[in-house]
Amino acid sequence: MTAPFGVYLHIPFCSRRCDYCAFATWSDRHHLHDEYLDALSAEIAREVERGLPVASSVFVGGGTPSLVDPVRLANIVSSIPVTAGAEITIECNPESVTDTHIASYVGAGVDRLSFGVQSLSAEVLVSLGRDHNPDTVTEAVALARAGGIERLNLDLIYGGAGESIADWQHTIEQVIALDPDHVSAYALTVEAGTPLADDPSRHPEDDDQADKYLLADSLLTSAGFINYEISNWSKPEQECAHNLLYWRQGNYRGFGCAAHSHQDGRRWWNVRTPDRYIDLITSNGTVEASAEELDSSRQRIEGLQLSLRTREGVPRSSLSDADINLLDPLIVVTEDIITLTTEGRLLANEVAVRLR
Amino acid sequence: MASLDRIRNLCIIAHIDHGKSTLADRLLELCGAVDPREMRAQYLDSMDIERERGITIKLQSVRLDYKDHLVHLIDTPGHVDFGYEVSRSLAACEGAILLVDAAQGIEAQTLANCYLALENDLEIVAALNKIDLPAADPDRYAAEIEKVLGIPADSILRVSAKTGEGVAELLDAVIDRIPPPVGDPDAPLQGLIFDSHFDQYRGVVSSVRIMNGTLNTGARLKFVQAGAVYNAEEVGVRRPDPTPVASLGAGEVGYLIAGIKDVGEARSGETITNLSQPAPALDGYDEPRPMVFCGLYPVDGDEFTTLREALEKLRLNDSSYTYAPESSGALGFGFRCGFLGLLHMEIIRERLEREFNLSLIATAPSVQYIVHKTNGTTLTIDNPSELPPADEVDHIEEPFLRATILTPTDYTGTLMELCQGRRGDMIKLEYLSPERMELVYELPLAEVVTDFFDQMKSRTQGYASLDYDPAGYRVSNLVKVDILLNSIAVDAFSMIVHKEKSYSYGLRMTEKLKELIPRQLFDVPIQAAIGGRIIARETVKAKRKDVLAKCYGGDISRKRKLLEKQKEGKKRMKNIGRVEVPQEAFVSALRLDD
Repeated sequence: MTAPFGVYLHIPFCSRRCDYCAFATWSDRHHLHDEYLDALSAEIAREVERGLPVASSVFVGGGTPSLVDPVRLANIVSSIPVTAGAEITIECNPESVTDTHIASYVGAGVDRLSFGVQSLSAEVLVSLGRDHNPDTVTEAVALARAGGIERLNLDLIYGGAGESIADWQHTIEQVIALDPDHVSAYALTVEAGTPLADDPSRHPEDDDQADKYLLADSLLTSAGFINYEISNWSKPEQECAHNLLYWRQGNYRGFGCAAHSHQDGRRWWNVRTPDRYIDLITSNGTVEASAEELDSSRQRIEGLQLSLRTREGVPRSSLSDADINLLDPLIVVTEDIITLTTEGRLLANEVAVRLR
Repeated sequence: MASLDRIRNLCIIAHIDHGKSTLADRLLELCGAVDPREMRAQYLDSMDIERERGITIKLQSVRLDYKDHLVHLIDTPGHVDFGYEVSRSLAACEGAILLVDAAQGIEAQTLANCYLALENDLEIVAALNKIDLPAADPDRYAAEIEKVLGIPADSILRVSAKTGEGVAELLDAVIDRIPPPVGDPDAPLQGLIFDSHFDQYRGVVSSVRIMNGTLNTGARLKFVQAGAVYNAEEVGVRRPDPTPVASLGAGEVGYLIAGIKDVGEARSGETITNLSQPAPALDGYDEPRPMVFCGLYPVDGDEFTTLREALEKLRLNDSSYTYAPESSGALGFGFRCGFLGLLHMEIIRERLEREFNLSLIATAPSVQYIVHKTNGTTLTIDNPSELPPADEVDHIEEPFLRATILTPTDYTGTLMELCQGRRGDMIKLEYLSPERMELVYELPLAEVVTDFFDQMKSRTQGYASLDYDPAGYRVSNLVKVDILLNSIAVDAFSMIVHKEKSYSYGLRMTEKLKELIPRQLFDVPIQAAIGGRIIARETVKAKRKDVLAKCYGGDISRKRKLLEKQKEGKKRMKNIGRVEVPQEAFVSALRLDD
């Protein structure tokens, strides 16, 4: 079997910007949809011609991929060479998904959808600035299943202003009731330069988020999910292959503005804005904004730090005895490997910075 | 060589911000001493720190030519920490300009320096400055000066150093009223050094006033108090640029370069004389006596050697601080340093950081205590960690000050409250005028060196001013409060305090440290203790979450960089036992604002 290879497509458009988001996405450039999709297919065609490896996973993220014309997006996805049984995921916002979306996506081989649910408490959704309500999520999930998509991820965020522990418990329980095969739960993070950063009154508290993490883990585990990476839970054998690629230092190619790529220790990323991306593709220029080449020791540490986040863990020798002693309550040490306990996953940085 | 009756030697006595440097600028211009194209504000303040803080630390004397007279203007330091330097520069003068802000009136330290000048028989030429300000009230403050100093109100000049108004009249009054120096040009040489600074190219450059005899370039000189002999390599005057001359005669003021490498050999108050025909020392020499002590530690332990070299080098420039190596369980290796006062401490620390590119931690300032032990011996300590166990201590004495505060009467109540809160005994309370009050208190020095000055300023919107003199040692009920971090005593936070204040100190430090110490992987108790008795306790709860939630679109690089940054941050922490303490915690915890 050849090594896995991933392809990421970035769709940098949102109907409105969530005020905690620092990612490359725009709510005022919808006039660029067509040109952007043109550029995206051109870049893919160019790279296929240059021998782009056959992908074992494709992930279309954003932004909001479901905002752009589903037929055109499906055609672009179809143009990517993939292995038989490749995992192909598209991120969707529950409120923008229709029959047409599902049908077009399925036609292009898409077998997995990832819904930006965030919360199933109506008030919390308002406070996060989202456009959907809990019912929209139920409808979207039904729509996907009716259209033949079995693999579903529901993305959640915890720690938004005004979210009680009870709200969060309700969200998790409702998510479990929807019976997805994959759940991602992310701690709301204050990113510099966002409106949220400027409003300390809405900043999440570490202890509250820790409580919510432990609650989510316990409820999901009881419902048959396995935590395979700090923020990701799946039913057995339903891990997201594309996601695992990132944590395993695998190779992947990103297409679109601000997309990141990795090949054997070289990491690079594309220009940030869609306008610039379109211009460069149109003029047949390179879209790479910058790159870094890690020396072997940094590459090794990075590999350990990433692996530590997963249930695969790191070799026993990557921590000193003194550190193992200090970190004792946070790690599980077997003869060969070290993995994080549930509490330890919440303190992964503390462990990661001690890796050697 | 100038005849004595054509010479005038004077200084300017003024409070910070009352316009001394601006007046000096105008005088330089008026006498044509500085090319207008090269004029810059505060010409005589040579150090950056002086310009930034608006204070004069090192003295610059300048020779001006005015109407056939040589006028030597001797600048004086403008802060209570440097009282001894002020007294030496006054000894080089026959007169002084008393410069008072016409919108604020006289300040405590100006008054103290003025008294000092009168004790030295200096002729005072008083002037009210800033008469151009709308808030100026020269009549009122002239009356005040008359009442306080006995200088007739009608003799007080009115000037604006800013616009130049009245400056020529002031200079005329200087020539008129200040007597020429007295001295015997034919007697053996007696010169008074009233300032020295270190120049990296020339070595020590000293300001000197010739009292008797003549100082010739090339002469073999004896430095009487230092017991050293040097050659007068260069003798000159500042106009204000240094200009070499063949000799300086009795009554003149100039500079001397004698190949000296250490300012400690040419301290303020030193007498120089000819080796071949020596004269006795002049009166008034005094060794600088440090009053405030603290430990200085490099943030990075590897910089200990750099710090030692920096202290050695800076001392060539300022011999009034002391230093000796010490070690701290919490901070590693550093130096115990003694300073003339708090400002002096801040200045030295800032200069060490700025001029030698160091990053330093200063421990809580301390004064010098006299400990009488039960076995009959006594011990002088300036570091709380040297205090013997309580059962070996019979009693402790601490230094007191006699502090004079001048304030608008509105603030009398709040200042009395402040002084009483600082264990002060009132000695005097007197109206200088219906609006202004003089308060005299005896206060423990330790209560003044923390933040007394800042408190006084903030309680009075900056209107009150302070001067103080040492007032001997007294027995006090003192105890040492230790601060324990995860059960380990952190010597840098130990402090000797009055027993009645020990609880509040302990409480304040533990509360403060609770905010400053980041959460660790385990609960960290923070305790304050006297001897073995815990008097206050806080806990920094164990940290529960420190994790990067997600990876946007495969951006692993960002994640890695964040972790690398976190790792770097860890390196900058001081480990106290298992507790990681950021540098800022030391700095902020030791800043004892109430």
